[in-house]
Amino acid sequence: MVWNTVKTTVKVGCLFHVIFEHVTDVVWCRGPSMEPTIWSDNVVLCDHITPRYRGIRTGDIVISKSVTKPDVNVCKRVKGVPGDYIVTGYSFLRVPTGHVWLEGDNKQNSTDSRTYGPVPQALLRGRVVCRIWPLTEFRVFSNVD
Amino acid sequence: MTLVELFKTVFFGIPIGITIIDVVGYVARVDGVSMQPVLNPGAGKGHDYVFLKKSSHFNRGDVVCLYSPRDKDQKLIKRVIALEGDTVKTLTYKHSSVTIPVGHCWVEGDNASNSMDSNLFGPIALACLTATATSIVWPPSRWQFVKSFVPEHRIPENFRIRSRD
Repeated sequence: MVWNTVKTTVKVGCLFHVIFEHVTDVVWCRGPSMEPTIWSDNVVLCDHITPRYRGIRTGDIVISKSVTKPDVNVCKRVKGVPGDYIVTGYSFLRVPTGHVWLEGDNKQNSTDSRTYGPVPQALLRGRVVCRIWPLTEFRVFSNVD
Repeated sequence: MTLVELFKTVFFGIPIGITIIDVVGYVARVDGVSMQPVLNPGAGKGHDYVFLKKSSHFNRGDVVCLYSPRDKDQKLIKRVIALEGDTVKTLTYKHSSVTIPVGHCWVEGDNASNSMDSNLFGPIALACLTATATSIVWPPSRWQFVKSFVPEHRIPENFRIRSRD
């Protein structure tokens, strides 16, 4: 009886691990860096499949591991993929191979690639698909706005 | 009935396997000469297989597995030389001395003359590191633990100054 409960718990736990890690994930966003697109305390749905098979495109909103704090995830918009030129101050910078340029929509209040430079694509965890909470503000994010 | 059983085994068996790989670790083949003489010591003697233990905390001297910053599909195996705040004298990097920024580290292959490492990429985000190589598991003649050490001539500058006092 106890053994069966343990077995079922492990099986279901592993199934949820695989779904949340490799298929789709629910992320609670905190902080002002993506306002007005995503407000603090919004809950969004994050998709782990498209970045792997379709790749990341300019304009996608992504969840990425922080370059400066390895345990923290950040939510930003992709502003440049390898080969793109980015204007930083008075000069141009080319996004290097295997990297992306991330910026928050709230330019005045976001720590992003303008501070720490291009981010390796290996740190990207998934693409933000839609906002699911608050329910009244449900919205699918496109990569053009 | 048996078909249902088979389906159930596969349906739950695959997630259990993936979870073990994600959480505990896995065995991987080492390609290339960058970690000689510790891994793949002789050309033509075949490859070493190492056990990579998943971890999120890394020490100086650990042999680690990391995603290449240039290519997200390529994994590298290198040794951690310095952590954030340390100052390293580089070998072939564009600056002769680098202070490692917050959340980064400096990795090098033991075979420095033949290694794609921080001397090419610069400091690497700790988030790129995924696992620690703990032991060589195959071939049996090579069974041993992988020792954690920083080569004497690669110890970061800030430790040299402290040891001189």
